[in-house]
Amino acid sequence: MLDSVPMTAEAPITSRDDLLERLRATGGRHDAATRELHAMLLRAARYEIGRRSAALAHVHGEDPEDLALQAADDAFVAVMAKLDQFRGESRFSTWAYKFALYEAAVRVRRRAWQHREVVLDPESWLTVADGSAGPQGRHDQAELLGAIRSMIDTKLTARQREVLIALTIQGVPIDVLAERLDSSRGALYKTLHDARRKLRLELAAAGHELEATT
Amino acid sequence: MTRHESNQAVDRLLGPAEPEATCDECFELLDVYVDREVLQGDAEQAMPALAAHLRGCPACAEDHESLRTFVTTGPPAA
Repeated sequence: MLDSVPMTAEAPITSRDDLLERLRATGGRHDAATRELHAMLLRAARYEIGRRSAALAHVHGEDPEDLALQAADDAFVAVMAKLDQFRGESRFSTWAYKFALYEAAVRVRRRAWQHREVVLDPESWLTVADGSAGPQGRHDQAELLGAIRSMIDTKLTARQREVLIALTIQGVPIDVLAERLDSSRGALYKTLHDARRKLRLELAAAGHELEATT
Repeated sequence: MTRHESNQAVDRLLGPAEPEATCDECFELLDVYVDREVLQGDAEQAMPALAAHLRGCPACAEDHESLRTFVTTGPPAA
């Protein structure tokens, strides 16, 4: 956790699914359960890829069904490997579906960006800050954006600056950025979190009042 | 840039002010969060660090939206 606060409430939700029990069985009962699980995961992967089909519209030669099958296969391996880690705090089906939806989403995000160059250019920040000047009613916000821009330039490390701008201004998906920088989603988010915290501290020290995000 | 766009830019840049979970912790507990949300309606209160992370991480927010929608609308028939 990035900060020390409780993660979950105490009362778990009891799972009523019996698929888990059948997956832990042996013989034909187990085999039938694995086929059922794979079919479930494939439905979830197809759903996710269908939902994100617009992102793949410009990608030629990509078969959505192949992507769904790859995602379902990888999700199946992950679920079976982590079966003993399922703690019954959610429905088993919800727990299993998240692997398929995640695998499908990562594939779509990476495919959608595979031919797009990721330019880690701090100067792109100019387009945001310069456009913020405007009527009187926007003065405070423009001043805040200007202060943020200045602190990005002067208070963050080069790495923090690149990651912050790529993820929050340029809209590069974190999975894509992780792949390009040979990093991980978790490591990049930690860099982003540290950069944001530094900006908040510097802004507060400079007398800017910040509202909590909602 | 409109005021709304400007506010959104500030929110994206600064992220949540509250303590938040990591991406790995978010994935680990996303199913618990979604079932609490769908079945009990108290996920944000019960798991505030994860809720904060979902406000700050677009990729995890997308994954959350996908899982919540999928388990809410129900999977299509085979």
